[in-house]
Order: sequence, then structure tokens, then C-alpha cells
Amino acid sequence: MTNLVLPNYPKLVGVHPDLDSPDYRGTTLRHPLRAPIDLPQRLTEVTGPLLGEGRLGAFDNDLTKQHDGEAQGQRIIVHGRVLDDGGKPLPATLIEIWQANAGGRYRHVVDNWPSPLDPNFTGLGRTLTDDAGRYQFTTVKPGAYPWRNNDNAWRPAHIHFSLFGRSFTQRLITQMYFPDDPLFFQDPIFNSVRDEKARQRLISRYDHSATIDHWALGFEFDIVLRGASSTPFESAEEDDDE
Amino acid sequence: MSERLGCTPSQTVGPYLHIVLPWSDGPFVVPDGTSGSFWVTGRVFDGNGDPVTDGLVETWQADPDGRFDHPDDPRGATKPAIPGFRGFGRCATGTDGEFAILTVKPGPLPADDGRTEAPHLDVSVFARGLLNRVVTRMYFPDDVAANDADPVLASIDDPQLRSTLIAIPNDEGGLRFDIHLQGAHETAFFEL
Ligand SMILES: [Fe+2]
Repeated sequence: MTNLVLPNYPKLVGVHPDLDSPDYRGTTLRHPLRAPIDLPQRLTEVTGPLLGEGRLGAFDNDLTKQHDGEAQGQRIIVHGRVLDDGGKPLPATLIEIWQANAGGRYRHVVDNWPSPLDPNFTGLGRTLTDDAGRYQFTTVKPGAYPWRNNDNAWRPAHIHFSLFGRSFTQRLITQMYFPDDPLFFQDPIFNSVRDEKARQRLISRYDHSATIDHWALGFEFDIVLRGASSTPFESAEEDDDE
Repeated sequence: MSERLGCTPSQTVGPYLHIVLPWSDGPFVVPDGTSGSFWVTGRVFDGNGDPVTDGLVETWQADPDGRFDHPDDPRGATKPAIPGFRGFGRCATGTDGEFAILTVKPGPLPADDGRTEAPHLDVSVFARGLLNRVVTRMYFPDDVAANDADPVLASIDDPQLRSTLIAIPNDEGGLRFDIHLQGAHETAFFEL
């Protein structure tokens, strides 16, 4: 018998949206009807891809400089830390972001609402957190955009964030919003997070200390992934001799 | 226990994930041409049986020796014997809801109580209309005895539901693993 100690990630209660959120019509035919089965966290769940520098291009963390000319719009700096809920920073974890341009238009084949594309903006970003879990992007503030969920429906300005953390269990895709957006009240995606405090955690904070004079406005957005506590479990192990 | 920080909620990946998430090498858990590699292909369907054409499927798995190159594997992080083995696969779904991942079969894994987990892939599905990912597992059809002894499969009483987790051999020497988000053929999904 070998004593294996695996991290355990306590389940989150009341944080994530219900998959069945009828105000967001896209959920209707896509949410499972059966309650999910409990999956004990074992080796596959407590490990995960640790993807490094090889995934990054030269200007991946500056979305305003990926073309010959500069992107149009309000230049902003989005920075923050990736932590677990015990407050421990997650270093060297890959963050991928995507967003609409300043006019609310995505460079994507299925987005063709009448707002112009910016030839100097793709809306793609990637970076790795540093040793303290910090990350930073330079980009432009995305515009709001209409969608077909219901009459006169507009998405509040947002940036999509994808994070790996250090385990399959920590994988998260979310959206970052901006303070005081007047469109929050009518957005079923933002409001799918029922808990008021949890919903507020999707909103970045204006950060004057990150604002650069005559250059860019600063916003701070910390991302908190579910954290682990270590608990031992016993396991018969046949090949522990490597 | 002192107070924990509140976690960041999930939000849908939306319809524009293709701007950044699909990588040119995304489907390659192992490099093309790796000995013993095969394609896992499948389609993702909604509750009407229509293909989900704007989703993303991700897989994570052990190497063929049942090891992970990861510090939280208490047996020790182990470099895989296969050059370029990444363990991770990612593929956006296409116009028929289809995805494809090139991989090798993972080894079995030790579990608690001296039990053994049968070879499996952990699978996440993201899509517009999914406010959080859904998680499932893919098992291998030729592992009849190992699957019967697998603690996760054994926890599912309904044989039809259990069968949604087991891939099906296809004509090309690979495996088919369809995912039904909702309805009569709904895949077994897990809460992590
Ligand atoms: Fe969006």
C-alpha cells in the first residue's frame, strides 16, 4: 500500500450559473435535463495541461499592436491576478482572451451586424501569468453589441477569458465586464449568475493607479479559481518504483 | 478555516470562440504519425438532435503508462515516453457538429481502496447556450472487464446511461464518441 496524497477541490455552491437559464434562449436545447453524476476527483481530475511559452506570439498581450496600424478606440490596460480561493497565486498559467472591437463588432464570419470592422484589430490575446499570478493586456475597450435573444437585446461590453489553472478541475471560461454598464439590467448572460456578490466578481474595477497619463485607462480584474486542500487516500500501487 | 475568496463565475463561451481557442495543433494530443495513434471522432447534438456547430470539445488524459507529467500526481511527475505527448486535445465542432482528436490510449490509473480506474479521457464541452462547460468521460470499448471494475462506471446503474460513456469502434480504426447535450440519448455528465 502506498499513501497517495491528492489535492481535493471542494465543490462550489451558488457561484456558477444554472445551465437551465431560460431567459438566455440559447440554453433551451443545450442544457442537460438529467442532474449531473458526482465524479470523485482522482488523478485525471487533479492534473491538467501545463501549457507554456510555446503558445504565445510576439504581440499576443498587446491587442493594439498586432497590425500595421493602431487599433481604433479607447486604449485600455486590463491587469490582475489569477488566484485560487485560498488566496494562492497561480503562476505560469495560460490565459486566452477574445473580444469585439471598439464598435462592438467581432472579426468572425457569423458576426455581420452593421458596425464596421477595424482592419487593425483582431481581438485575440494570450499571455501567461508571472510568478505572482499577475497578467496584463493592452487592448481597446470593446463596444456593446446587439444579439437576437429578444427584442432590442444588447450585450454589455465584455472580454471573454479562458483559463486553465493547474488542473482539469480548475478549467474556467468566463467574461469580464466594465464598471457601471447601463446594459447590465437587461442581459440574461450576466444575470444568469444569481448570487449578487458572485455576479459583481465578473465586473472589473477602474484602476487609476494602472492608468497611464496620455496613454491608456487601467482596469483591474482578478480571477479566482476553486482551490485545493490536500487529503490523503490509500491506494494499492503496483509500480511505484520509478 | 479562515474565509475563502469568492470564486469567479463561469460564463458562456458564446458564438465567437473561434477567434482564439482553436489552435492549429489543437486536435493533436500526440504528433501526427505517432505509433499506435488513432482518431477519436464524434458529433455533438442538442435536444432536437441537431448538430451543435459552434461548440468546443477538450480532452485530458494520462499517457499510455498511466502517468501524468504534473506535480500534483503523487507518484511524481513523469515525462511521457512518447515524444510530443501533450495529454490535452482541443477541437471546435464543425458544420455537422463533428470534432476529431488524435491520441493514444491512456493506461489504467490507481484509485482509492486499491481499485483501478479503466483507461479514460476526461472530456469538456463548451458552447454558446452552455453557461458552464459540461464534463463527461470517454472509455474504451475493448476494456470490458476493466470497465466493469471501474469505480465511476460501476456507480452508474442504468446500462443505457453507462453506455453513453463508452466509445464505439469505427471503420477507420479509430473510435466514435458522440455527445448528446440533452434528450433521450443524453450523455452522462458529471459534477466535479
Ligand atoms: Fe461576446
